[in-house]
Amino acid sequence: MATTSIRVSETPLVLYALRRADDALVMGHRLSEWCGHAPALEEDMALANIGLDLLGQARSLYGYAAEVEAAGNDEDDYAYLRDAPQYRNLLLAELPNGDFARTILRQFFYAAFTDLYWRAVMKSSDATLAAIAAKSEKESAYHLRHSAEWVIRLGDGTEESHRRAADAVAYLWPYTGEMFEADAAEQELIATGAVVDPAALRESWDKTVSDILAEATLEKPAYGWMQKGGRTGRHSEHLGHLLAVMQSVQRAYPGATW
Amino acid sequence: MAQGVTARVVTALGSPPAGDEALRQKAIDAASTVVDPEIPVLTIADLGVLRDVTVEGGHVRVDITPTYSGCPAMNMIAVEIDIALSKAGIEDKEIRTVLAPAWTTDWMSEDGRRKLREYGIAPPQPGSGRRALFGKDVVTCPRCGSKETHLLAEFGSTSCKALWRCESCREPFDYFKCH
Repeated sequence: MATTSIRVSETPLVLYALRRADDALVMGHRLSEWCGHAPALEEDMALANIGLDLLGQARSLYGYAAEVEAAGNDEDDYAYLRDAPQYRNLLLAELPNGDFARTILRQFFYAAFTDLYWRAVMKSSDATLAAIAAKSEKESAYHLRHSAEWVIRLGDGTEESHRRAADAVAYLWPYTGEMFEADAAEQELIATGAVVDPAALRESWDKTVSDILAEATLEKPAYGWMQKGGRTGRHSEHLGHLLAVMQSVQRAYPGATW
Repeated sequence: MAQGVTARVVTALGSPPAGDEALRQKAIDAASTVVDPEIPVLTIADLGVLRDVTVEGGHVRVDITPTYSGCPAMNMIAVEIDIALSKAGIEDKEIRTVLAPAWTTDWMSEDGRRKLREYGIAPPQPGSGRRALFGKDVVTCPRCGSKETHLLAEFGSTSCKALWRCESCREPFDYFKCH
């Protein structure tokens, strides 16, 4: 009989892979919501393409989690049969798209991180993670270039686009700190050389962000209190709505295939 | 088909039993006929997606590697290989996706680049390091050969392509991005 939810044994490596996969899946799903709604046809295709890259990264990571967990769960089970508290993504990824400026700034903050992150994980002692990172870093580089160009155009554009971009920076900033967190489970993997400590990338990330925001005539907020919780399943109310859409077919017709 | 793949596959395993060798060659020939569903002038051997073919005790294993993480053509390609092998009379088979080493546009054969150009798609620039990703691209128009071209949209009709336009003949064209 088809099941409607799964349990996952979250060993440090499974948890790690799920966290990164969930980031990519949820962010990719958000981008897919733009399909048919973006301000221009080229941008519609760009956001859909970036979403597709992220979906592909998520699939590789879920596939690896399934292999490591070896409990009979596969990539679809992780995506469709876990509820919000079982999701391990960054809060940043699940925030609603808002206007175009907010979507672009969210992408920029994330891509500026993943560009550094996947490049560093290419040196992982774990061959599969290194391989996934080698694909993801090239994609992230394109995402970063695309979103950074838009940040500059919006920030240094009209009064209206500047105001919206500045609002987006202020709204999203408290969600950027979570990218650099690593709990005890992840520290264990960091110690073995399988993954890198995200905190070590903060300085480079800050430099990229500072440079682009300055060029965009946008003010970089001060580092203050940061939101977190996504990594341990404490999400905003937005994720539940996103999953309700994404998982609707499997919830209505458990085990459906086509 | 790409000579590189055939040569590498044939030399990789030393000298297996004669029957396996014949079977492997048959499998390579069959798998090499499969084309990319999005760019039907390129075979998966031209693309460098076909990584290896091995035979062990009559069991054929074909290794393929994705181009872009989210490339939707991969599932289709796996199905097409399965069909091609069946048509060649090979039933004991498996198609495996391998991630390492990560695919790069540098693996695209010269023949593949020429076919792309003839099809109207500007081939990727060789040398896919980060400099190629972020340097100023000079892309030659596949129609008239002009270098007076510019980028219209960085993300094009598929994940692997960008949309460019030629200033000389004024035609838009796809550019296969470096990866």
